[in-house]
Amino acid sequence: MVVPASEGCCLEPSRQCLAQLDVVCRVYRVSSTVFTFLLLPLRALGRRSPGKRLPLLGDPAHVCFLGLLFQLPQRTQTLLKEYKERDKSNVFKDKRFGEYSSDISPEEKMLKRFALEQQRQHEKKSIYNLNEDEELTHYGQSLADIEKHNDIVDSDSDAEDRGALSAELTAAHFGGGDGLLYKKTSQQQGEEGEKPKSRKELIEELIAKSKQEKRERQAQREDALELTEKLDQDWKEIQALLARKTPKPEGRGGKEKPQPDAYDVMVRELGFEMKAQPSNRMKTKEELAEEAQARLRRLEAERLRRMLGKDEDEHTKNPKHVSADDLSDGFILDKDDRRMLSYKDGKMNIEEEPGGEASASESAEEEEEEEGSGEEGDPEENDGPDGHSDLESDVGSEDGGERAEEDTCLVTGDTAIADDGGAREAARTELPYTLAAPESYEELKSLLSGKSVEEQLLVVERIQKCSHPSLAVGNKAKLEKLFGFLLEYIGDLATEDPPGLGIIDKLVVHLYNLCQMFPDSASDSMKFVLRDAMHEMEATVESTGRAAFPGLDVLIYLKIVGMLFPTSDFRHPVVTPALLCMSQLLTKCPVLSLRDVLKGLFVCCVFLDYVSLSQRFIPELINFLLGILYIATPKKQSQGYTLVHPFRALGRNSELLVVSDKEDMATWQRRRLSLHWAAGPKAQTKTEANHTRLSCLAVCLALVERCVRVYGALPSFHDIVRPLRALLTEHLADGSHPRELQELGQSALTEMETQAQLCRPLVCEKSKPVPLKLFTPRLVRVLEFGRKQGSSKEEQERKRLIHKHKREFRGAVREIRRDNQFLARMQLSEITERDAERKRKVKQLFNSLATQEGEWKALKRKKFKK
Amino acid sequence: MEREPGPGGARRALGRLVEAVLASRGEANAVFDILAVLQSEDQEEVQEAVRACSRLFGALLARGELFVGQLPSEEMVMAGSQGATRKYKVWMRHRYHSCCNSLRELLAHSSFQVKELALSTLMKFVQLEGEHPLEKPKWEGNYLFPRQLFKLVVEGLLSSEEDRSLLLSQFREYLEHDDIRYHTMQAASDTVARVTDGRPEVPLIFWNNAFTLLSSVSLPRQEGDLSSFYVKHVELSDKWKVVHLKEHQKAFQLMWLGFLKHQLPLRICKKVLVIMHDAILPHLAQPSLMIDFLTRAYDIGGAISLLALNGLFILIHKHNLEYPDFYRKLYGLLDPSVFHVKYRARFFHLADLFLSSSHLPAYLVAAFAKRLARLALTAPPEALLMVLPFICNLLRRHPACRVLMHRPRGPALDADPYDPSEEDPAQSRALESSLWELQALQRHYHPEVSKAASVINQALSVPEVSIAPLLELTAFEIFEQDLKKGPESVPLEFIPAQGLLGQQDDLCAQHFTLS
Repeated sequence: MVVPASEGCCLEPSRQCLAQLDVVCRVYRVSSTVFTFLLLPLRALGRRSPGKRLPLLGDPAHVCFLGLLFQLPQRTQTLLKEYKERDKSNVFKDKRFGEYSSDISPEEKMLKRFALEQQRQHEKKSIYNLNEDEELTHYGQSLADIEKHNDIVDSDSDAEDRGALSAELTAAHFGGGDGLLYKKTSQQQGEEGEKPKSRKELIEELIAKSKQEKRERQAQREDALELTEKLDQDWKEIQALLARKTPKPEGRGGKEKPQPDAYDVMVRELGFEMKAQPSNRMKTKEELAEEAQARLRRLEAERLRRMLGKDEDEHTKNPKHVSADDLSDGFILDKDDRRMLSYKDGKMNIEEEPGGEASASESAEEEEEEEGSGEEGDPEENDGPDGHSDLESDVGSEDGGERAEEDTCLVTGDTAIADDGGAREAARTELPYTLAAPESYEELKSLLSGKSVEEQLLVVERIQKCSHPSLAVGNKAKLEKLFGFLLEYIGDLATEDPPGLGIIDKLVVHLYNLCQMFPDSASDSMKFVLRDAMHEMEATVESTGRAAFPGLDVLIYLKIVGMLFPTSDFRHPVVTPALLCMSQLLTKCPVLSLRDVLKGLFVCCVFLDYVSLSQRFIPELINFLLGILYIATPKKQSQGYTLVHPFRALGRNSELLVVSDKEDMATWQRRRLSLHWAAGPKAQTKTEANHTRLSCLAVCLALVERCVRVYGALPSFHDIVRPLRALLTEHLADGSHPRELQELGQSALTEMETQAQLCRPLVCEKSKPVPLKLFTPRLVRVLEFGRKQGSSKEEQERKRLIHKHKREFRGAVREIRRDNQFLARMQLSEITERDAERKRKVKQLFNSLATQEGEWKALKRKKFKK
Repeated sequence: MEREPGPGGARRALGRLVEAVLASRGEANAVFDILAVLQSEDQEEVQEAVRACSRLFGALLARGELFVGQLPSEEMVMAGSQGATRKYKVWMRHRYHSCCNSLRELLAHSSFQVKELALSTLMKFVQLEGEHPLEKPKWEGNYLFPRQLFKLVVEGLLSSEEDRSLLLSQFREYLEHDDIRYHTMQAASDTVARVTDGRPEVPLIFWNNAFTLLSSVSLPRQEGDLSSFYVKHVELSDKWKVVHLKEHQKAFQLMWLGFLKHQLPLRICKKVLVIMHDAILPHLAQPSLMIDFLTRAYDIGGAISLLALNGLFILIHKHNLEYPDFYRKLYGLLDPSVFHVKYRARFFHLADLFLSSSHLPAYLVAAFAKRLARLALTAPPEALLMVLPFICNLLRRHPACRVLMHRPRGPALDADPYDPSEEDPAQSRALESSLWELQALQRHYHPEVSKAASVINQALSVPEVSIAPLLELTAFEIFEQDLKKGPESVPLEFIPAQGLLGQQDDLCAQHFTLS
């Protein structure tokens, strides 16, 4: 059912509405007073609830009424028309835009039509004709013509009446003189009284008048021309003064047209010249340092928050404030990112500023800082075009400003790299400058294999630069993959014999940079690596019940995880699994050799590094240190402590770290343990082995001391370290170890003993009182009155649809019925009209016949009389 | 016997010999040739010979051409003046005996195929001999089974020299049959008794084999009709012992008691205890007879005690066993290794059962809770995730113990009053203490553990936490769970990396070098 009118119509019938009302009244043969009467309650109802937009919509009576009101004119427009054209084979189509649509106002309609017409004019005749440009106009004049400036003078002469004839003339020529004559006569009647002129006179007068007009116009034009030329001359003089140029010799100045180009060009130049905008001033060193500190402070605060794990549950609940205008495309405008005018080497710098600033992605910023500080301290990288491809220069210019500052404030260059600057330089020249990012691990390996450390680093660096994400679309994915490949490469290097720890050491920096760029993919690859290691271990544990210590690669991975991700978080997607992995290493892998001891101690160190900030408690670590201490203790009584899983009180390895050679003990010097040695089998002399044993013990004691310091504040600290304490006392009682070790042990022991213990009874936090149970009423939404409620949502929806369908169906039937009624009415009116016509004609005929008859009879009577 | 080259040669030659022997009694001496091949070095030939023997004696048994009854010695019969047929039968039966003996020796052959073939041949003989008994029935419907021969087989299986677990697994198929099972139990008891008799040291291999055989005997749970017989009988008689489950159970019990009364190696002991509650105890005629073994095992300590707990529990629970100082011993079992042993899940399942009674005194429960908390200080995360809810459950069940986590207005102490070295839970003063250990574990590095330990900060909720799903939790499962934890954003380290050991105040850098 169509209710086309706005509700304004039904509340306050507009003029249009009243006109329709008239039609309705005529068709329905009711008086308009009756109809307005019908409208009255409607108005009253509308006024009663002024706030609502459609006060009575849905009320069946209203709908019916509206239907009567507004469908009728529509029927006359559509159905009636069809009905009338039913027998016609020719159709007259009106193609004017929007002729029959009523929802466009006439003004709009006209505008649209005009626009369409313009468009049609400008349409190219052929799409292949490139030369035919559309003409640009200004106030209807072609811009191309204006550009030429050749008829400035003529332009304002008599453009409007040059082509057109005067109205009087046309009227006189083509109007047959009637109208004019009449007009004139009526005019002259007032002026000259009662003196009519002949036609000839009039025409002569007219000709004379027009001639005079023409002459006047010519004179006027000449005057104007003269004036303009004079003005031009004056301007030229002034211009010469302004431009401080000697005016040109004016031999033919009088005649020649002035050149408009000079002025025009100048004006344009002034208009288009770039204006210098104020840019931010350079920051001083102090300010920079302060900023960096503020950033660190902020990051640290964030880290602390994550460490406490407070927001674990909350961050899902309260999302950030979102503006109503937010398009949820992640765009936040918090900085003006318009381009600043800057100069470089005396030339305008038109290249783009770093995009990282605008998008406020601090990771990019950081990364650039890292790039600046981490990779090198050589300034040659920046200044001077060193033959790198333009790809390179693009990257360089991107962070050019920042880098320049950093280079000055960077005091600490990597000395190691500075030393072998020569070798680096040599490598720099040998290697290709552009390197495609590898698509597979093998590709990367082939790129790196057989190269020196510097070359390898350079290759990795160049790959990163050549596929910087800002250069091409697919580069992001490439670099993401590169992270995984590098990780794999590092694993391979670590398992080599001897392990390539030097390269790994340097590659870690690249890993860090890549990780800062792509945290998600980096964490995924890291997880993958960890999962691999764990699966391997799980398989061996399941088959044999225990696992061997894994290769150096896993240990290195664990260390790298600690460097890439914040280890102090309460829960972290990568660090938490890594922690579990280490826990497994310490509990599932029995210590069978000196190498295992070394690896285990390394894991312990990494583990403690992980928790150095959060100071979290690691039971496995205490157990492991206890075990190490145990296997280093000769002649044990085993009292006051029990060993747990990977260690056994008795057995082959229960005295693994015991050194009995007095001489070796005397010559031992404390040194750091070598990771190299942990990786591959390397022949060791007995003395060396003994020294390593003592070093291991030293590390173990140092770790014990560290643990004591870290866990001193834990509530049941003494229960935790009780076994360690017992063993340490036993160990010291033996007294055979070198002095340094004994001192270490003693200090750990005293540290343990001095920790005060205060056992305050535990008290639960007070919980909020449970509120009384309130019987809140059950609220059921009432959608439609008289309908069954409480059914399920789908059922309600279905019912609603069925109901709607029924209503629509009825509506359609009613429509059809009304259409038929309408047609019948029309037919009836046609028939009645026809009948009336016929009646009229018949009457007329009868009338004429009657008059004839009468006349004839009168004639006859006359005759008869005669 | 003439030899022909090639692998098929031996077969053909043996085949011919078998045909000859079966065809006429005159060719009987060819049996010697066949038996001689059984001793051959060549594996293929031995197999052929075994097959030939199988065919030959199988046919002879079926034909009844072997002597029936008490077998007289060979010389006597040969010298005597009996009929030639009798002489032949006696002679042939002697050959049959020697054949069986050689086959039994072949069970120790180096090749498994030969072993397997010998076993199946022997079992075939058992079947045929059962159908055509070689002894006279003493009365009508007497149950006859070739016990001698079968004992030979079982003895062969229970070797003291080598591990026969593969062969035993083959033998397991035969144990499906009720008669075989019954006689195996008898034969096994005999063999175990014979082997251990008077020998101070029995090799571990024998125990292993014996355990494998014994553990593969499984009785049916219900009293059904035991009619799945390996030896086919025309009709089963109710008088036979072999058809009654009760007799089976008796034999089963005899067998296990005979086995367990010896000083078993610890490994075997563990294995027995693992299957005790499930496969042994329900089938015994008198389960309480196991008490000796179980108490002995319970006193050993360590993992064995944990395992013995299960059997003891069944005896206490179902058979009214009174066990003095049970809880005290259970308390004694709790040491740091419980969290690291393989049977952790089973132990805690049982401990949960034992401590589920609400009639236990508060001091006992408090002592257990405190002990477990103390041990938790050395436990790995997967165990902690289980034991922390366990402790909380204890406190929930026994409201009197809640002072352990909530003691308002208690005086501050300078040491924990709990005495961990006290063996008697009543003397451990656990009720005066608090669970500071859990407070310490709130600082555990794993977030889940930390959360689980933080439960005691609030008043405990009323419903218990089911620990059943946590019992079997492994570190790898936790690891996987952690990995799968939603695609949250990944925070990054903001201190730039300087190299592998680049950080200052880094422990690794202090104690390790790359060179």
